[in-house]
Amino acid sequence: MTETTVPVAAPARWQDYVELLKPRVMSLVVFTALTGLACARTPMNPLLAAIAILCIAVGAGAAGALNMGFDSDIDAMMRRTRHRPVPSGRVQRSDALALGVVLSLFSVGLMALATNLVAAGLLAFTIFFYAVVYTLWLKRSTPQNIVIGGLAGALPPVIGWAAASGTTPLNAWLLCAIIFLWTPPHFWALSLYVKDDYAAAGVPMLPVVKGAAATRRAILYYSVALVALAQAPAATGLGGASYLAVASAGGVIFLVLAGRLARSNAGDEAGGAQGLYQVKGPKEARDLFAFSIAYLFLLFAALLAERFIGLAPLLK
Amino acid sequence: MNEPSEGPAWVKARRRRSIAIAIALGAFVIIVFIVTILRMRGHVADIGF
Repeated sequence: MTETTVPVAAPARWQDYVELLKPRVMSLVVFTALTGLACARTPMNPLLAAIAILCIAVGAGAAGALNMGFDSDIDAMMRRTRHRPVPSGRVQRSDALALGVVLSLFSVGLMALATNLVAAGLLAFTIFFYAVVYTLWLKRSTPQNIVIGGLAGALPPVIGWAAASGTTPLNAWLLCAIIFLWTPPHFWALSLYVKDDYAAAGVPMLPVVKGAAATRRAILYYSVALVALAQAPAATGLGGASYLAVASAGGVIFLVLAGRLARSNAGDEAGGAQGLYQVKGPKEARDLFAFSIAYLFLLFAALLAERFIGLAPLLK
Repeated sequence: MNEPSEGPAWVKARRRRSIAIAIALGAFVIIVFIVTILRMRGHVADIGF
C-alpha cells in the first residue's frame, strides 16, 4: 500500500474524526440493528438495549475508520473520496487506524459486558470482515467484492437480535439476507456513474471488469431476487400486513427502475462524475441508487413500526 | 509518514484531542459501571422492549 498522506498546515478538527466514522453508514447500521433488536421480541432492559445499539454504532464507526485508514491510497485517486480526512492530509493514516482499533476493542468489550458473547462475537466478526476481508482483500481483488463484502453491512440486524435474545433464529438471518441481496444493486448502480474513478484507482468493480451492460443485467437479477425475498418476512411471522404492502409496492417500483436501467445505456459512456448528485450522467442509475436507499429504509421502518405499534404479524 | 509541523495550532489541537480522549474514557468508565450495576441487579427494570 502506498503512502498518500501529504503534509498540511492546519491540524485536524473534531469533525474530521467524526467523518472517519462514516456517520451516514453508521445511521443505517443503527437503524437496521435497532430493527433486529426490536423484532427479537425479547424483554430487555431499555438502558442495556440502548448501550447495545451504541456498541453497534461505535463498532460500525471503528470499521469505517479502519477502512479509511487502509483505503487512503485508493481514496486519494478517486474524485468522490479524495477529500476524506486521510487522503486530504487532515488526519494521519496511523491516527485513523489507531482510532479504529481502539473503538473496535471498546465496542466489542462493552457489548460482551452489556449483553452476551454471541452478540459481541458477531460484532467482532463484522468489524474484522469489513476492515480486513473486504477492505484489504476483496475490494482490491475481485469484481464480486461488494457481493461478498456486503455481508458486513448485512449483519447488524443479526447482532441486534442476538443482543436482545442471545440467539440468531431464521428470521434474524432473513433480515441479513435482505440487506445482503440489496447491496449489489445499490452499489453497482452507484458504480455505473463513478466507474471511471474506480478504474483510475485500480478497483475491480463490476462495470470496470465486465462492462456496463453486464452490470446492468446483474443489477436486474439481484433486484428480482431481492424483491422476492423481501416478501418472505410476511410468511415467516416476522412482518405483518403493512410490511407486506410496503415490500410489495416498493418492490414493484424497484423492479421498474431496475428494468429501466437494464434497458438503458447507463455507464456506457465515460463519465465526469464529481459527486453522487452533481452530474448529468445516467439518470436511470442515479434513480435506482436513490430509491434503493428508500426501499431498505421503508422495509425496516415497517417492521419497526409494526413492532412498536403492536400490529400482529400475518402468521404466528 | 509525514509528521505534521509543531506550531501553536498543533499544540492547541493536541491539547483539545487529549481532553476529548479523557472525556471519552470517563464516559466509558461510567457506562461500564452502569452496565455492571444493571447486570448485577438481575434486570430489575425489565419492561419489554
